[in-house]
Amino acid sequence: MTRIDATFAKLRAEGKKAFVAYVMAGDPDYDTSLEIVKGLPGAGVDIIELGQPFTDPMADGPTIQAAGQRALAGGMTLQKTLDMARTFRETDTETPIVMMGYYNPIYSRGVARFLSDAREAGIDGLIIVDLPPEEDEELCIPAQEAGLNFIRLATPTTDDKRLPRVMQNTSGFVYYVSITGITGSAQAEAGDVAPEVARIKAAGNLPVVVGFGITTPEAAARIAGVADGAVVGSAIVSRIAQGDTPAEVLEFVRTLAEGAHSA
Amino acid sequence: MADDLFNSFMNGPDERGRFGNYGGRFVSETLMPLILELEAEYEKAKDDPEFWAEMDDLWKHYVGRPSPLYFAERLSDHLGGASIYMKRDELNHTGAHKINNVLGQILLARRMGKKRIIAETGAGQHGVATATVCAKFGLQCVVYMGKHDVERQAPNVFRMRLLGAEVIPVTSGRGTLKDAMNDALRDWVTNVRDTFYCIGTVAGPHPYPAMVRDFQSIIGKEVRWQLAEQEGEGRLPDTVIAAIGGGSNAMGLFFPFLDDPSVRIIGVEAGGKGVNDKMEHCASLTGGRPGVLHGNRTYLLQDDDGQILEGFSISAGLDYPGIGPEHSWLHDTGRAEYVSITDREALEAFQLSCATEGIIPALEPSHALAHVMKIAPDLPREHIIVMNMCGRGDKDIYTVAKHLGFDMSDTEGRELD
Repeated sequence: MTRIDATFAKLRAEGKKAFVAYVMAGDPDYDTSLEIVKGLPGAGVDIIELGQPFTDPMADGPTIQAAGQRALAGGMTLQKTLDMARTFRETDTETPIVMMGYYNPIYSRGVARFLSDAREAGIDGLIIVDLPPEEDEELCIPAQEAGLNFIRLATPTTDDKRLPRVMQNTSGFVYYVSITGITGSAQAEAGDVAPEVARIKAAGNLPVVVGFGITTPEAAARIAGVADGAVVGSAIVSRIAQGDTPAEVLEFVRTLAEGAHSA
Repeated sequence: MADDLFNSFMNGPDERGRFGNYGGRFVSETLMPLILELEAEYEKAKDDPEFWAEMDDLWKHYVGRPSPLYFAERLSDHLGGASIYMKRDELNHTGAHKINNVLGQILLARRMGKKRIIAETGAGQHGVATATVCAKFGLQCVVYMGKHDVERQAPNVFRMRLLGAEVIPVTSGRGTLKDAMNDALRDWVTNVRDTFYCIGTVAGPHPYPAMVRDFQSIIGKEVRWQLAEQEGEGRLPDTVIAAIGGGSNAMGLFFPFLDDPSVRIIGVEAGGKGVNDKMEHCASLTGGRPGVLHGNRTYLLQDDDGQILEGFSISAGLDYPGIGPEHSWLHDTGRAEYVSITDREALEAFQLSCATEGIIPALEPSHALAHVMKIAPDLPREHIIVMNMCGRGDKDIYTVAKHLGFDMSDTEGRELD
């Protein structure tokens, strides 16, 4: 059982939904970012999505793009993202960390070396946006063999014919992308999301969390109400972008977490 | 010709869209179903004589194909070696090879019932070609173009707008072709159900590299029969040369000759200020290493951490940090050679073509011509070089004037040195 599996088992036992928070590693700089990440569990975050910056984030909207550029300009690297996870693990051995990003920095480092380093750093799962099931041999299967969860994105365009393929090598949970679009753009509607979540749950036995387009505590509550959890990314990153202190960012995160947990 | 299919260079890609280890489908899940649909639709069209009949008709009456294969006699005499032929794709409607591919993709979009077309463009040639064909078929057209390129290619921006396209300046990243492609992909993810993405080169996720190559292969196919007509039955070129940004004009010229071992194949990358000066070039094969970007694995300009670098070239059309995956494979297998040419060398070739042949080339084929200038003098007259004159130079006159120190606003009529 991975930390991710354990987290969902615990939440289920408590009758609670998961709140997943995304931040870009190294945004606006390494130390501030680490301080925010360390404070996330205390603010009610059940699972941390740690963004690995990339020069060409094709699935992300302007907010996450800018965060990645700030991090890279501040000298962020894949090694430093791993370092950040390792430092976090020194004081928190329970909260799962999912690294989210694009394939090239991992491919550039070498898949075997990356997986061993990621595991050693205490990373529990991976969400790699540009690796669909058709490319499972690249990283998904080696990651599962290395004991990391490979979390897949399912989208409104993932039809019934395709869904089994998407579920096949997925573990940990499924991340349902609630809109066709990029991060931080349109608003997710609970009415549209509910039947999709039911469809994905029927196709596999994994928890389904919903992200893209959730920006307020109320929206987090509505979406978490029809799924196993809600993800907020761009709305948190926007607070960092506007220069909020870590304490202010974490206070905002707390309201989101309370929203999701009220569902 | 290859008797043994297993030894053929013309069988790629495999069913996973791979040329050896290159290519593939590295896209988000949202796009995956559409890419599979596009692949199925293209496979159907490829075997449909009606599809090709429509293409042939448009190529002939709308584009002006076949483009001439022209013996550049004064240039050959001047260089004093090989016989140099130019494949005159700069005479196509819209002034470059880009329209060969755009027609194919737009016909496919029509078959798929897509009414909204998006494209990325660097120098603006692919954007102009896409806007042109969309106007012809009454389709909505949106072109993403880096803000930096919008500023340096103003005439093409105006052309696109005249043709009814919406040109969106891309400010994300550093505002060049790579960022335009990112934003086009973002648009596609958002409007996936009604939108067709018309990619301008032999890159992107499968099936684009193969599909664009197939549409551009008309260039090499025509060279085969035109040369036989002019030089005698069975006469093949000894060397074929083309410039490479993403590599679509080159793939179009090379592909029909891949299984003719006597034909030497040379791709010319943009060397900018010189490949040894870090980051001041666009030579992905000479100066990069394999990575994954924009849906495919290929050689990329990147740093040690896998972050993508910006290229540099005098030619906006070659200003891209990657290259089509089939070129990466041809490079690794050794079937094709890849060299680089600097901005300075390309400018010299540009002027030589004007002076000896009365042809103002685009800066892209000027790179190919510059390599011809290097190798032709040492070859015998009976050695035939075919270079792809893939675009005309109208769009580049401002850039060239600036580099030659000529003030275009000077109304005194100063002579060029």
